[in-house]
Amino acid sequence: MITCEDLSKQFDDFWAVDGVSLHVEPGEVLALLGQNGAGKTTTVRMLTSVLAPTRGWARVAGYDVVQEPVKVRSAVGVLTEQHGLYGRMSAEEYLDYFGQIYGLDSATRKKRSADLLAYFGIAYVAKRRSAEYSKGMRQKLALARALLHEPPVLLLDEPTSAMDPESARLVRDHIASLRSSQRAIIICTHNLTEAESLADKIAIIYHGKVMVQGTPHQLMDHLLGALQYELQTAAQWSPDGKTLPHGVRVMGESARGWRFQIENPALANPQLLEMLTTARVPVVALQEVPRTLEQVYLKAMSLVNGGEK
Amino acid sequence: MTRSEWSMVWTITSRELRDQLRDWRIIAPIVILTIFFPYLMNWTARQAIDFVGQYGSTLLVERLVPFLIMVVGFFPLTVSLVVALEAFVGEKERGTIEPLLSSPLKDWQLYMGKLFASIFIPLFSSYFGIGVYLGGLALEGIPLPSLNIILQTLALTAAQGMLMVSGAIVISAQSTTVRAANLLASFIIIPVALLVQGESILMFWGTENVLWIVVFGVSVMAALLVRLGLAHFQREHMLSREIDTLNLSWMARLFWSAFTGRQLTAWGWLTREIPGTLFRMRYSIAMTTLLGVVAVAASYFGVQSLLGQSQVGSQLVSFDTLREAIRQVDTGMLSAEISFTKILGNNVRASVIMLALGAISFSVVGLLAFLLNMGLLGALFGAIGFIGLPQWSLFLNGILPHGILELPAIVLLSSAVLHMGVVLVTPNARKTFTDVLIETFADWLKLFIAVALPALVIAAWIETSITPSLLFEALAQIAP
Repeated sequence: MITCEDLSKQFDDFWAVDGVSLHVEPGEVLALLGQNGAGKTTTVRMLTSVLAPTRGWARVAGYDVVQEPVKVRSAVGVLTEQHGLYGRMSAEEYLDYFGQIYGLDSATRKKRSADLLAYFGIAYVAKRRSAEYSKGMRQKLALARALLHEPPVLLLDEPTSAMDPESARLVRDHIASLRSSQRAIIICTHNLTEAESLADKIAIIYHGKVMVQGTPHQLMDHLLGALQYELQTAAQWSPDGKTLPHGVRVMGESARGWRFQIENPALANPQLLEMLTTARVPVVALQEVPRTLEQVYLKAMSLVNGGEK
Repeated sequence: MTRSEWSMVWTITSRELRDQLRDWRIIAPIVILTIFFPYLMNWTARQAIDFVGQYGSTLLVERLVPFLIMVVGFFPLTVSLVVALEAFVGEKERGTIEPLLSSPLKDWQLYMGKLFASIFIPLFSSYFGIGVYLGGLALEGIPLPSLNIILQTLALTAAQGMLMVSGAIVISAQSTTVRAANLLASFIIIPVALLVQGESILMFWGTENVLWIVVFGVSVMAALLVRLGLAHFQREHMLSREIDTLNLSWMARLFWSAFTGRQLTAWGWLTREIPGTLFRMRYSIAMTTLLGVVAVAASYFGVQSLLGQSQVGSQLVSFDTLREAIRQVDTGMLSAEISFTKILGNNVRASVIMLALGAISFSVVGLLAFLLNMGLLGALFGAIGFIGLPQWSLFLNGILPHGILELPAIVLLSSAVLHMGVVLVTPNARKTFTDVLIETFADWLKLFIAVALPALVIAAWIETSITPSLLFEALAQIAP
């Protein structure tokens, strides 16, 4: 549904995007992560045929972004960084206007506008000028505009920024429902919790290049190494001088016990527990240390910033 | 362009119009200029008529009334400039442009939608104001101008409006901030102010139908501006350029690259880049040559026909008078007047002026200057032939010796000016307006340095050293 290969964009002497290759299937959500100015927005703009790639190619919903820009733009719903609302227009007028631009007939425009405004809980202000809306309401209206023509591809830049937790949850639920209706979705976000909860794939962009990409678990394994487990014992115990099962590496002492990195937990954990039981160590718990996307992201950033090799 | 595609243009226009009608900052001045200003002009007309009527100057009254129609129509039009200037860049600053650029609208739909939206209300107000003014005249019992003049003024108002709006939209689409667009607006305000002054002179001085020529000329310029705007409308630049900085080093690099054609040696430049440039300009060269020939022929036969029809022609230009004048020519003083530097300086200055005029008018005025020169040449020989002087002898002795180099040099430089306009109004997704201007200027300059200047130098030398003696010999045969 969205495929790009070696997608690159140069502005004067500066490569804003340099050799980005992505692939998003229908029903998949890809989260693009990266610092401000990393190249996320430029990538999205190339995928909407607004910017022409300097190098590489991209196909969106089956259309080439350079050769078939109008078809690409018809097939894409875009939530831009800025909401793009006209202050003197009401929500109803605004959605009707974009509905006309996307070629929807009057009845469809009315029905979909009403449905979306009701879903996002802003139907009660539908006739008020959008200049009077709060930030969150504007964000919802902009999102409604992106969804109005029911596009097969969605490119959403910070979809829940400026929203209260309840509204953000509503939007996330809607994105999840769109995924189940076989839409291909790319989300640019700084909200790592959101990315973790929604994304099937993650791509981290740094200085215009994709540093790493894959499923959240692949990235965790790749960047954080094998899973870590914490052993909590009722009495003092130390692994020093002990022969541990193969694939178990001591990471250090924590507040509640010891931490191990275990290559193959299915095999090594029972062996480790057996060893502890044999040695009459009073085991309270052996539990996986939770890993977050934030750790992955920070690890990636520390790698590119030369903090760790 | 299908009907449904045009309906999209109307979608853009109607939204913009709704927005304008909700903005009191646009509506208030329009209402004032539409309702109250025409009354002021009625009062002015009444006062002027009463005043000049005391002295029996009816002609002034005849001309003042239509002039005031133009003034009444012009003032509400100025609002269109404000609206058009922020058509694109205003949306960019307010952050509303990206959803539009990401929509399936085609460039021309967006562009034309904005264009119509900018002109519609001000033009309607202009016409309404003119209606109020004419109604006032009728109520006051002041004779109304002829229908032809009213139609001329209405057409002129529309053409001026389109000219201002199309120019302002070009600026708006190329600017990065509203502030920059407002600063660049002087490129519209000053030429339009001069145009209105010129039109005023024509209205008081010219014949009744002369304004139709102005309407045509202004409409052509407006159409070229629309074409220019469409040719260089790039979504990319509207989003990617964030600040207005004059990047002189980039401009210098672009100019140098276009000027040298990336040739490393002077020989390579002369043998590859110059022929390559000439080849790229082949159609412009052919067209300029053709237009030059047409101008010479048209003015040659035009002058002969005019002199033939006119009694004045045969009275003024008498062969004997001319022969006597030739006899009395002080050849020594004339030779002193014709200096190498004066001739070369004049030709170089004329070429640079044609370039400057062409650069600000998409070649039109630059090319007109060239055609005017060609026309003068044709007219001269038309007159010479009419009074029975030996045209071919004078041409071979007085023009050809230096003209064989000078005329092709001027044709070539005029072709480069035409090429500039053609490239400017040709769509090119990869190049900006500035890119094209710099590159076509580099083209002109390389032809000037490599071909035209050497030809003009030699021509000037011939014109000072050889042509005068040949011409005097020819004149001596005419008037021994």
